Formats: sequence, C-alpha cells, structure tokens
Amino acid sequence: MIVEIGHFALVLALAAAFAQTVVPFWGARVGDDGLMAVGRNAALIQFALIAIAFAALVNAHLASDFSVLNVAENSNSAMPAIYKIAGVWGNHEGSMLLWVLILAIFGALVALFGRGLPRMLRADALAVQGLISLAFLAFILLTSNPFERLIPAPFEGRDLNPILQDPGLAIHPPLLYLGYVGFSIVFSFAAAALIEGRIDAAWARFVRPFTLVAWSFLTIGIAAGSFWAYYTLGWGGFWFWDPVENASLMPWLAGTAFLHSVAVMEKRDALKVWTIFLAILAFSFSLLGTFLVRSGVLTSVHAFANDPRRGVFILAILAMFICGSFALFAWRAPMLKQGGLFAPVSREGALVVNNLLLTTACATVLFGTLYPLALEQLTGQKITVGAPFFNLTAGALLLTACFAAPFGFSLAWKRGDLLGVAQRLTLALIAGAATAAIGAAWLGGRSVFAPLAMGLGVFVIIGTAIEVVMRAWRPGLALGAALSRALGLPLSFYGGALAHLGVGVTLLGLSGLGFGAETIATLHKGAPVEVGPYSVTLNSIEQRVGSNYTEAIAPMTVRSGGVAVAEIAPARRQFASREMTTTEAGLKTLQFGQVYVAIADPAADGTVPARLYWKPLVTLIWLGAAAMALGGALSLADRRLRFGAAVRAKAGARQLAQPAQ
Amino acid sequence: MMTRRRRDPFSLWEKVADAVGRMREPWQSHRRASRTNPHPNPSPVGEGNCAPLHLRHVLTARGKLLFLLPLLALLAGHALAVEPDEVMKNPALEARARALSEQLRCLVCQNESVDDSEAPLARDIRLLIRERIREGESNDQVRAYLVSRYGDFILLKPPFQADTWLLWLSPALILGLGLAAALYARRGTPRSTPALTAEEEARLAALTGDRASAGSPLPLGEGQG
Repeated sequence: MIVEIGHFALVLALAAAFAQTVVPFWGARVGDDGLMAVGRNAALIQFALIAIAFAALVNAHLASDFSVLNVAENSNSAMPAIYKIAGVWGNHEGSMLLWVLILAIFGALVALFGRGLPRMLRADALAVQGLISLAFLAFILLTSNPFERLIPAPFEGRDLNPILQDPGLAIHPPLLYLGYVGFSIVFSFAAAALIEGRIDAAWARFVRPFTLVAWSFLTIGIAAGSFWAYYTLGWGGFWFWDPVENASLMPWLAGTAFLHSVAVMEKRDALKVWTIFLAILAFSFSLLGTFLVRSGVLTSVHAFANDPRRGVFILAILAMFICGSFALFAWRAPMLKQGGLFAPVSREGALVVNNLLLTTACATVLFGTLYPLALEQLTGQKITVGAPFFNLTAGALLLTACFAAPFGFSLAWKRGDLLGVAQRLTLALIAGAATAAIGAAWLGGRSVFAPLAMGLGVFVIIGTAIEVVMRAWRPGLALGAALSRALGLPLSFYGGALAHLGVGVTLLGLSGLGFGAETIATLHKGAPVEVGPYSVTLNSIEQRVGSNYTEAIAPMTVRSGGVAVAEIAPARRQFASREMTTTEAGLKTLQFGQVYVAIADPAADGTVPARLYWKPLVTLIWLGAAAMALGGALSLADRRLRFGAAVRAKAGARQLAQPAQ
Repeated sequence: MMTRRRRDPFSLWEKVADAVGRMREPWQSHRRASRTNPHPNPSPVGEGNCAPLHLRHVLTARGKLLFLLPLLALLAGHALAVEPDEVMKNPALEARARALSEQLRCLVCQNESVDDSEAPLARDIRLLIRERIREGESNDQVRAYLVSRYGDFILLKPPFQADTWLLWLSPALILGLGLAAALYARRGTPRSTPALTAEEEARLAALTGDRASAGSPLPLGEGQG
C-alpha cells in the first residue's frame, strides 16, 4: 500500500511539475502576479510529493518488500540497514528518483528564499525548473518506474552488487547529485534571464550562492568517489579518465569556470554573455553525463540498442534542453548589454584566461570521450582514448591554469600590474622552482609530472598565502592594524584563498605518485617484506563470517625501522548471493601518506599473494579537494551572498557599491 | 595467428575470444560463458546481471571493475593484477614490462590498463609482453606485435595518424578558437574609458575637494573590491 502511495505521489508530482511549468510562465507573459505566485506553491508541493515517493521507496527497501521489482533485484534481507537504504540509489530507477528529489529540493529552495527576487525572474526560473522536472518525472514514470510490482514476490532478493555494499555508496552519490543537479538552478536562472532579455549584478548575486552550493558538493562528491575507487579497487588508483568520471568532471570544469566568471559579473558587471553561456554549459554537461551513462552509449555502442526506449527518451530530453537553451542563447544573448571595461592585464583578464583554459580542458575531455564513439560509427575503426591522452592534453591545460591561479588572484580589477604581481610572487616562484628542481634531482628523471606538480603546488600555496598577507599587511603597518584589516576582509575572499590553497594541496598530493613504492610479493607468515620506508609482516590468515559474506582476512604489522607503527588487515570478501568477491584493502595513514596492502585469495599452504604500496602524500589529494569545497562553503557564509540578499543589496547599492569599487 | 580477422560488429570480440581460447584449461568456462553474450561489455541499460551497475556507471570510475566480476566469479583464486609469479627476475626488464603494460588497454575491461586489470586476458598479455622482452624484442616491437594482433584499440594512447590527428590537435584548435573569440569580443570596445572633459575635471575637483575638507579620507582596505 505504501508503495502505491509512493507511486501515486510521483504521478501527482508530474502534475505539479506541469503546473509549475505552464502557469508561472503564462503569468509572467501576461503580467499576472497571482499566476506567477503559483510557481512557488507548485515547487513546494512538488518537493513534498517527490519526498513522499522517495520515502516510500526507502521504506520498501528497509522492509525488504520483494514484491517490488526494484527491491527484489537490488536488495537482500541479510544486508545491513545502511546498505538497504543506500541500495535505494544503487540502481538505475532509484538513482533517477534521487535525481528528481534533489531537483525538487533546489526548486523548493528558490521558492522559499527567492522572495527578494524580481517576480518575473523568479516565475520564469521556476517554470524552467518545472520543465526539467517534468521531463525527468515523465522519464521515470514511463521507462524506469521504481514502484513496479513483482507478483508473485520472490522469497529472497538478488542482493545489492557487492562492490556497492560500502559506506561510499551512502555518501558519494547523494553528494555528487547535489552538485550535478544543483547546476539546474543556475541553468534555470540563465534561461529566465534570457527570456527576459535582462541580466545584471543582482542576478549574479542571487545565482552565486546556488553555484557555490552545487560546486562545493560536486567537488566533494567527485573526491569521495575517487577515494572510494582508491580503496576498493585494490591497487590504489583514484582517477582513470573513465567516461563515467569524465561525465562528472565536465560539469565540474564548466562549473568552476562559471564560478569565476560570475564573480566578474557580480563585481564588475562584465562578461555577461559569456557567464550565461557557461551557466547553460554547466548544466548541459550534467544532462550529457546523465545521458551518456544512463543510455549506455559509452560502455558499448550495442548496449544502446538493448533498451532503446530509455536511451532515446534521455536523448530527447537532452536535445530539448541543450538545443533549446542554446537557441534561446543565440536569439537573446546579443540583446544583453555589456558593461565594465577592463584592460587585458587585470583580474578580469586573468579570469578570462582561467575560463579559456578550463573550458578548453572541458571541451578536450568531451572530445576525447566521444571521439572513439564517433570514429567507430563513421569508419568502423576502433580506437581507445585513455588516460595518457587526457593527461597530456587536459592535464597540461589544467596545470597551466593552476600556474596562472596565483597571478589572477593577486591582480587588481580593471587594470593590473603584471610586473608588480610577479615581484610580489617572487618568493613563491623561487620556492616552487627550487622544489621542482630538488624533486627532479631526487627522482633522477623518472617522472616529469611529479616534480612539476610538486613545484606548482608549492607555488600555488605560497603565492596564495602571500596575497592573503599582502591584503592585510603592508611594510610599516603595525601588527594590530594588520589584524583588524585581516578581520575586515570579506569571507568570500578567504573562501577563494582557501579554494586556491586546496588546489595547491591537491597538486602536492598528486606529485606524491612519483615518489611512491610498490612491492609485489607472496607473503609468508612472519617474513617481513619491504615497501618504501616500511616493512610489512603477515601475522596470520583468518576466516570470518560477516552479515552477508565470508571473508579471508590477513592481519599484518607495519614496522618502521623495527618499530611497529600500525596494524592493518586487508581482506577478500566472498558474497554468496552473487558469487562475487571484493578486495578490502588494508590502509594506514602515516603522515600524509598511506601504506596500502591488497591481497589475493590465500593459498592452501598459508601464504598469500599481495600488492603492497607506499603512497606518500596521497591523502593530500582529497584533503585538497575538501579544502576547495570548504572554500566554497566559506564564500557562501559571506554576508553579502546570503540568499535573498540580492534585493536588499540592490536597494542600498548606490550608497554601498560605489565607494567599494 | 598474426592475421587480423575480418571486420564485423563483434570483431573485437572475435579477437578476445580467440585469445581466450588459447588460454589454459580453467578459462574455458569463461569462454563459454562469454560466447553466449556476444559483447564483452556489460550493458548498463540491459536486464540481468548488469542492472545494478547503473549507478556505478553514472557515478564513478569503477564501471570497468564491474565487468571483471563475472570473470572473478568463475576464476576464484585469480584476484590480483600483476601477480608475484609474473614478475621477471631482471628489474630493468620488469620495469620495461610494467611501463609497456601501463600503456595498454585491457581488452575485456572498460577502461583499465593491462597492468591494473585482474582479467585473465590481461594476465595473458602481461605474460606475452614478458616473454617477448625476454626474447630480446624492443618496446616498439612488442607494441607493434600487439597492435597487429589486437588493433589500435589496445593502445590507451591513440597513435597520431590520419584518423586521430583531429583528436590530438583538438585542444590547440579549441584554445585557438577561444582566443579568437575573446579577441573578437574585445574588438570594438574602447581600449580605455575616454579622458574626462574639463567640465568633469572641475566637478571632480569640487567633489574631492569637499571630501578632503570634510576630513574623511578613504579608509584602508577600500578599493580592493
């Protein structure tokens, strides 16, 4: 019964989405306040209905109701409760429901906090948001219904894929979706601005908090996924330039570019057309990612034919939104008035360079991801575009962007002094170059990337720190005065600084790759094996029974110079329900590096084949990402960016904004 | 063995099956299982085993891992990528073998290198590389042999040739286009704001004069935006 309520709520949500699309849009055209206000209520009702539907599905999974097809295929009564819940989005239908739930959450946020917005802008934005919702709800109900019944119900479910039975599944997808789907708001506002033919700094000020939320979640979501891959795969890889990863990286790159250009628009009223373009691009990439992954064209051209209904449906949605928005852009963008002149060497100019590099990297990733597909369709030739290609192209572009970051961060608005900035950054440049040189000498030319990334990381960190200090302190200024100036700097400045520091920290983490060690060996009980500066000794091999698996676990002691520093226990898990095995790596963080051990199935003679790694600085990769996301959150806390601040700021703009510029 | 098979929709699969067929006994079961499924990749929209894989496909990189699972199920006991018994005694040769296998794609996985893959076919290729290196072949010779056998598909880094130059040059082309667009957008905008007229100068002087006499200089920190 609860399942039917959920199903029914989803159908009602479709109706609410329809109302949200049509009524406020019509109201905005005829100038009827009452009709425009419908958008707000429809968004809230839609959110409530989708939340009910989602709760119903969660309930079915928790109760192991195997009369629901989705539960029977993806759950098992023996699974721990957390995986029963996470399993809701561990499959196609459920993850699409999570997608629309998050879409509805963002719609409801606009409805709740958009009171300060111009009525027409809000009505149009909610209408566009409603249209996206309408399309995806129709997709779910027509092709991917999670509430489909299975009669007669099986006695036991097929179980969730064992690799997905991990806390990572509970964390990673919702975070990533918050980011992915969060860009829908930016998209809706861009479309609304285009429909109105007007866009200004107030628009930027309202959109920026949503951008920061989406971007921060996307950053942390990608990092969480990468960390999950790292400890699950058994060899410590964390980024593979896999089409699926690329699908999440592209919106991130476009979103990062947007975040920077929207700052220009907010502060200087420049780059309007470009900012709108990026807003459309960021969400288009989210949609493209959804299409690529859901339709299966990327995994295999043939898979597309397996269920053409889903693939074609998403393709239609994709075509409608991307073509529609770009057509709107081409038609309306020329009407947007440009403001804010700036010299090529200026903060604005640097942000244009940032945008160029990021969007080129993004386009390269897109090109590399789709090229083999196109080539095979056109010529029948099968090629692989793998990590080496992306590292050489997109990687190089991104490293260049990282190098430019401290310069842009230090340049003044309107007209900057590149020579002066270079002088201020001298210390950072020297420190970075010295680090790179020492690193290269240490490695003896074994890797070009590692010393380069390390030098760049040091440069970005020190360069950012210099700028923070220089903002507050000039030679001759008393410490107390400097401190009070530091406290007076806007939070969004510190947010930006923290995010840039995060980039530097991630670079340092990446550079650690070149300094690591790997040992492949068959471990015997009591016989130590060297890996980097540590030695690892196998203590025993034990068999254990878990909730829905059995595992062979191999406790080991990690020693440094004869002193035990850690106990680790890598394992192999056997899941009977699907006859699958997973690798549970044994990990220990020492300083910022990790000792990483993955085992194969133990042999009958009490030995176990293993891969052992010492990965120096590796945790910095994710700590850096966390710092970036935290930087976003810090900016979000800035008083001037609070939700709804747009209009209050606008009212006081004459008094406040002018001296600040 | 060296001849390439005729091109058909499943040509890659033919190669894979051919290679698998040459393997040792235990893998026969894998071959049979695979024959019934004419494509090596799991279909993320299809029914059956792959259905629960969708999320992973949208979310993370481990799509490739998923395909390994059915193989692993059939092959309990083979569970690491490079295994201890594969490692060559000569560290220089082993380093060459590793470097080579890192640049090759595992043919049955989605996007994993031969070096990282746990698939039996990847192990087979790793052993093949080591055998050829031991026989004294150069890296290029080994690579050429593998390409002749499996096609360009096996190279993670696509070669620069007639059908890939567009791919390789795409970043430069896109960057160039972007630069051109940026310059085009600047065209027509004045280089700088026009100089103030005498009247404006006078007004400004009056305004700033007022301000100075009122004794309110700009506080520190202003003007940074």
